[in-house]
Amino acid sequence: MFEIVQLGEQAVITLEGLAALLFGLKRRDFRLIGPTLRDQAIVYDDIDTIADLPRGWSDEQDGGRYRLVQRGDDRLFGYAVGPQSWKHYLHPPMLSLWRAEKRERGFEIIAPDETLPRFAFLGVRACELKAIAIQDRVFLGDSFTDPHYRRRREGAFIIALNCSHAGGTCFCASMNTGPKVEAGFDLSLTELIESDVHSFLVEIGSVEGVELLAEVSSREASSEDRAQAEAVVANTAANMGRKMEADGLKELLARNLDHKRWDEVAQRCLTCANCTMVCPTCFCTSVEDASDLAGEKAERRRRWDSCFTMDFSYLHGGSVRNSPKSRYRQWMTHKLSTWFDQFGTSGCVGCGRCISWCPVGIDITEEVHAIRESEVK
Amino acid sequence: MPVKLRKPTLAVWKFASCDGCQLSLLDCEDELVGLIGAVDIAYFLEASSALQPGPYDLSLVEGSITTAHDVTRIKEVRRRSRQLVTIGACATAGGIQALRNFKDVREFISIVYARPDYIETLATSTPISAHVAVDFELHGCPINKAQLLEVVSAFLIGRNPIVPAHSVCIECKLKGNVCVMVAHGTPCLGPVTHAGCGALCPSYDRGCYGCFGPMESPNMTALSHELSELGVGERDIVRLYRTFNAAAEPFSTESAKHDR
Repeated sequence: MFEIVQLGEQAVITLEGLAALLFGLKRRDFRLIGPTLRDQAIVYDDIDTIADLPRGWSDEQDGGRYRLVQRGDDRLFGYAVGPQSWKHYLHPPMLSLWRAEKRERGFEIIAPDETLPRFAFLGVRACELKAIAIQDRVFLGDSFTDPHYRRRREGAFIIALNCSHAGGTCFCASMNTGPKVEAGFDLSLTELIESDVHSFLVEIGSVEGVELLAEVSSREASSEDRAQAEAVVANTAANMGRKMEADGLKELLARNLDHKRWDEVAQRCLTCANCTMVCPTCFCTSVEDASDLAGEKAERRRRWDSCFTMDFSYLHGGSVRNSPKSRYRQWMTHKLSTWFDQFGTSGCVGCGRCISWCPVGIDITEEVHAIRESEVK
Repeated sequence: MPVKLRKPTLAVWKFASCDGCQLSLLDCEDELVGLIGAVDIAYFLEASSALQPGPYDLSLVEGSITTAHDVTRIKEVRRRSRQLVTIGACATAGGIQALRNFKDVREFISIVYARPDYIETLATSTPISAHVAVDFELHGCPINKAQLLEVVSAFLIGRNPIVPAHSVCIECKLKGNVCVMVAHGTPCLGPVTHAGCGALCPSYDRGCYGCFGPMESPNMTALSHELSELGVGERDIVRLYRTFNAAAEPFSTESAKHDR
């Protein structure tokens, strides 16, 4: 058996090898989350074995449209990203922050039970790793950090994936965020299917990754294996469904805050907030205080909120962003322009979810294109 | 010696309605004991024949205004209530019976009743807020019992109830539902509908029927366009908007645009 000793090394494993990797994670009591079929989509959910993966399935995606299709081969990862992102697990939609109970004198604060199993994420794409890095910056990058995010994030074991299928709304190549996985993983996979041989090129990104892979039968990657893996990524990069003209985007939007395009997009925007819910970097929450009928118990909860709701910008007397136009503009300019001022990077990773899962198919790349074109004319 | 404070009094009133929202209150089986501990139920015909004359600290009003007698009675209810909360689609939007608003009610009467001259009714079904000041409106057909308990709990302690007015889509996404419109091509009113049901229908692979009425900033034109793209005909678009909240703006205006 081939012995892996160093980070950055590459090995090749078979389907059985992948099954053994997952078994190794389960044996270590990880909560294993990966892609699986549910409700006619490929979602991230609890999985046990490779039998839970969407073998032979792919997706067709376009503005406001997602459909599953049969691939006609046995690929386990032959599809683009689905409706959820990993923030569902790292930054949960609903969270109890603390409870309080009335006592004879005053009240007692009860901390929530946050004993969590460690997450193991299978199939994290390059754009998603970038999105996690962006949320790391948001939640952990300043002196005030988010303990709930930290608890989930620090223990997470990440098996990344080099995409073999570019989705109809993907544009990571033009955002420089993929499709090749660069950093931030324990192990990374490239799925290879050559004639009848189904294998995975594995790159090792952490000591824990070395330990896990050591339990699995593998062989050293040959130069042909590497070339094949490179070709997979190159093919994906060449077939992106969308393209974002990202050069000078921050400045472009900053000087076009009164552009007539905002009025046009507001005609179509439902202000339903789907784009922000599916975005892997959107992080806003609302904090709610609830009390029971008897006035004996109270709870402070946090849930995902969105800049598309009226309550989000409610100040004394009303909402600051009253019009749909102002709300769409807030979202898009924050994502692509003011995010640089706030966090030093773009807030968009080119995953295309906001395009696919917008019920009316508003396309962020098309909106940018329209504003850019109007300057050329 | 500590003074024993009087419990707040609760009254429940019915106007033109099916009683379903009142039943939501009785349906709070686990929480009913807590409710009785927290309030003095002073007027609730559906639950008890022991009636107190009022005034009442909190009145829950179900049903819409459809007769001249209703108009007089709701004013009296308002006069005797410190806080008045309307519950359900009838009380907040006129209910399914507001379908009459789009037609001539006299023609209905002539067809349905053997002796039309026995019937005294108004030409329209209107929400309570069209007649008296309302302190809070709880939407839904029927209302969600957890939201009802939330409103009563909030009233008792003097805080704002947590009843978001955003779209049903947010509820779907919080639950992790796959969007039925995007992934299945199922027509859905979720993007224009007020949250509160917990995205009940989409959780069972159905499109939203709009039972909770319009959300805070619904874009009806954009949704109607998308519904036609999904193959919903003009007549069916009218039907989708004209159910329990038919008379609620902007559902009524949008349905009228397609009713040609």
